[in-house]
Amino acid sequence: MRSGHLDPIDRAIVAALQRGVPTVERPFAELAASLETTEEAVVARLARLIDAGVVGRFAPMLDAEKLGGAVTLCAVAVPADRLEEVAARLAALPEVAHNYERAHRFNMWFVLAVERPEQLATAIARIEAETGLAVLDLPKLEEYRLELVLPV
Amino acid sequence: MALSPDDRALLAALEAGLPLVPRPFAALGERLGLAEHAVLVRLAALRAAGVINRAGLIVRHRELGYRANAMVVLDVPDAELEAAGRRLAREPAVSLCYARPRRPPLWPYNLFFMVHGPERLATLRAVHAVLMRAGLESVPRAVLFSRRRFVQRAARYAPADAGPVEAAA
Repeated sequence: MRSGHLDPIDRAIVAALQRGVPTVERPFAELAASLETTEEAVVARLARLIDAGVVGRFAPMLDAEKLGGAVTLCAVAVPADRLEEVAARLAALPEVAHNYERAHRFNMWFVLAVERPEQLATAIARIEAETGLAVLDLPKLEEYRLELVLPV
Repeated sequence: MALSPDDRALLAALEAGLPLVPRPFAALGERLGLAEHAVLVRLAALRAAGVINRAGLIVRHRELGYRANAMVVLDVPDAELEAAGRRLAREPAVSLCYARPRRPPLWPYNLFFMVHGPERLATLRAVHAVLMRAGLESVPRAVLFSRRRFVQRAARYAPADAGPVEAAA
């Protein structure tokens, strides 16, 4: 299912629920009413969209620091012929949460997330030792916006 | 914030996905041996404490037709950083905006933001429009488009018994 196959009701559901599911007894009631449909129809469509891979499951996004953990963004300049190898090494590490290849000299960008802050330095040292490449550690100093709402 | 065993069980259960029924918090509570009301109260507390940043659908950008994802990095004078970040945060096209440290001489940029678009050219136009409105068009910058996504999975910084959760870096 590509985005072209979403009908207007699917789009309205995705657009509304990206912003969050209200923590109330019947979180889909208001949305269903505004779409002139039933809560059962809303959850059935959601199940279909999740099955089709258009959207992921509902899950909370947690603040690592408030839970006592730590997160940072890292960048590495990887020689073109080593991209696959370095990506595979990173994928094997449980601390690596996301990894994107980007068009820049620093071409590999990944998120490290750990349970205790002191584990960040250990993970970075391990990656540097395993790959022989220097890691840029770019922790968040200030957050101005955290919103992943996309128009659909 | 210290999590109670009930909080951990709740977060772990939520991580598997909200039950797709009209009363999902009641279903969640049934699974955990908690009343619907208790589930709602704990979730509200976790949100108020900032432990839960957001609890919405996780949208798959590419599957929704957003194939271009630009990370824009700027070298803003320190005295102007906060104001620049606040201006960017007001832009609807900007999804994330963070201050991060420079690492001279390798990395001169201290302000990061993300823009998603259907393809590169349209995304680049959106980036330029944002920079113009924010008065940042003459600040040194780089635009890093994503090429491949190697790993996109839930982070595992949470206590082991709470299971993996999504992280915002």
